[in-house]
Amino acid sequence: MITGEDVDHIGWLASIKVAEEEKEGFVALFNSVLDYFHQLDELDTEDVEPTYRVVDLTNVFREDVVTESISQEESLRNAPRRENGYFKSPRIV
Amino acid sequence: MLRELKERLAAGASAEDVVYSLFEKIKKSKLNAYNNLSEDSALAWAREFDDAPWSGLLAGVPIAIKSCISTSGIETNCSSRILEGYVPPYDAHVIERLKQEGAIIVGKTNMDEFAMGTSTETSYFGTTRNPWDTERVPGGSSGGSAAAVAAGEAPCALGSDTGGSIRCPASFCGIVGLKPTYGLVSRYGLVSYANSLEQIGPLTLNVEDAALVMEVIAGHDPRDSTSVKSEVGYLSGLDGGVEGLVCGVPKEYFGEGVDPKVEKSVWDAISKLEDLGASWKEVSLPHTKYALAAYYIIAMSEASSNLARFDGLRYGLRFGADKDWHTTFSEIRAAGFGPEVKRRILLGTYALSAGYYGRYYLKALKVRTLIKQDFERALSAGGADVLVTPTMPFPAFKIGERIEDPLSLYMADVFTVPINLAGVPAISVPCGFADGLPIGLQIIGRHFDEIGVLRTAKAYEDSTPHHETVPKEVV
Repeated sequence: MITGEDVDHIGWLASIKVAEEEKEGFVALFNSVLDYFHQLDELDTEDVEPTYRVVDLTNVFREDVVTESISQEESLRNAPRRENGYFKSPRIV
Repeated sequence: MLRELKERLAAGASAEDVVYSLFEKIKKSKLNAYNNLSEDSALAWAREFDDAPWSGLLAGVPIAIKSCISTSGIETNCSSRILEGYVPPYDAHVIERLKQEGAIIVGKTNMDEFAMGTSTETSYFGTTRNPWDTERVPGGSSGGSAAAVAAGEAPCALGSDTGGSIRCPASFCGIVGLKPTYGLVSRYGLVSYANSLEQIGPLTLNVEDAALVMEVIAGHDPRDSTSVKSEVGYLSGLDGGVEGLVCGVPKEYFGEGVDPKVEKSVWDAISKLEDLGASWKEVSLPHTKYALAAYYIIAMSEASSNLARFDGLRYGLRFGADKDWHTTFSEIRAAGFGPEVKRRILLGTYALSAGYYGRYYLKALKVRTLIKQDFERALSAGGADVLVTPTMPFPAFKIGERIEDPLSLYMADVFTVPINLAGVPAISVPCGFADGLPIGLQIIGRHFDEIGVLRTAKAYEDSTPHHETVPKEVV
């Protein structure tokens, strides 16, 4: 069973602040969705390999050469806050 | 229909007139199919084309692009508040290809926020309406692309399909929609939702148009590490007919939960294919009932990782005075994402969190193997060449009817998500109407057998009138 405290913790992990008024709805929905997910427990998958991707491709390499890239100005154009050619972030420490 | 348009343009019709009249129609429309138009650049390109026509598979042809596919200089917001105003500095691979072949981009179409939905109702910019009945949803998540094409607001469009997001709206809007084999079309520049499942594909008025768009967008791109080398002539393989073709009819895709009118139309279509020289046999995809749970676990888990990049730092929503790092981003993400996106990120985060990985994500990947094997068996040599099913269990539902109950909305994807788990190609083509609402027939093929899928769809379409019926003009 998922509780309100679990939802707070998941929200912290996901970096999404969960408002008090949203919490009850999330708790109810998450429990019913997880209940639904648990039907997979009916299947014995002990000897089944997981499928990470459907196309058989392994390590695609390329030569490590410098190619053209977008400019610093272009890279920063969508940044809501910037300073001296940098993205401006909140304080980290 | 694109062939006729290309012939008219080649015979001297003005591309500017074509594009201008599209914008006139879009601006009068109440469908809300577009989030934003690229009117200036489209008209400028059209004028250039008229002055000195260029060649190319889509020379002078207008096209609408789903809002999750990056277009340099044209806002690409994924119908989310957190990306409102975001203008990509580069083109997706498919956009580069469209431009190389001379297409004209008219605008970005509405969708479920970050492609998470089956109805286009989770869009931050309001739902798109179904041109056949404006009280109903167009399907989703590529609802804007499908509604635009069905209503004549674009001659063709691109969508993306993670769990049915091209085929569902194609079915609900009465048009053709193809989800290619995973790896066939580069995802470079597609805003990722669940990257192991999704593909970009065409939404068009007929099968030939879908083949034409595939001819342009398919092909190897080194910038997508899952991109596969393949050289196939989609158009040249189109007219072979279905003589001797074996259609598998999976018994799990009929019966409980399927609208009887939908079932009848699909069986009529199977009879039609039989008349044309194909045969059919019942097949079984025994793990079908586990596909939805496996799909949603995988999609939500991948979403929680892919959408971690949206933090208002490099692009997107940013507001208020900065607090500490984590609080600032948590508040931006809480305000920027809509309810369904939050649900999926949170559930995905839970499924991937310490102690639960094996129970949910790894379990779902193993079930994915079983589902993939179901398809391999049904479509093996000596088995069926293609599978034929309903695309959706019912026609378009009313706006508001299901959105309050997310789990019931997830259930609507029951016949489309297994295809993405298996990575095989599938098309939806119109196969009739129930009370005036279109019904879609889904044709599923082997990995990289787009030709078989398209050829079957074309043979069916050539002998039926459904694709020629268009909705009456909505203004």
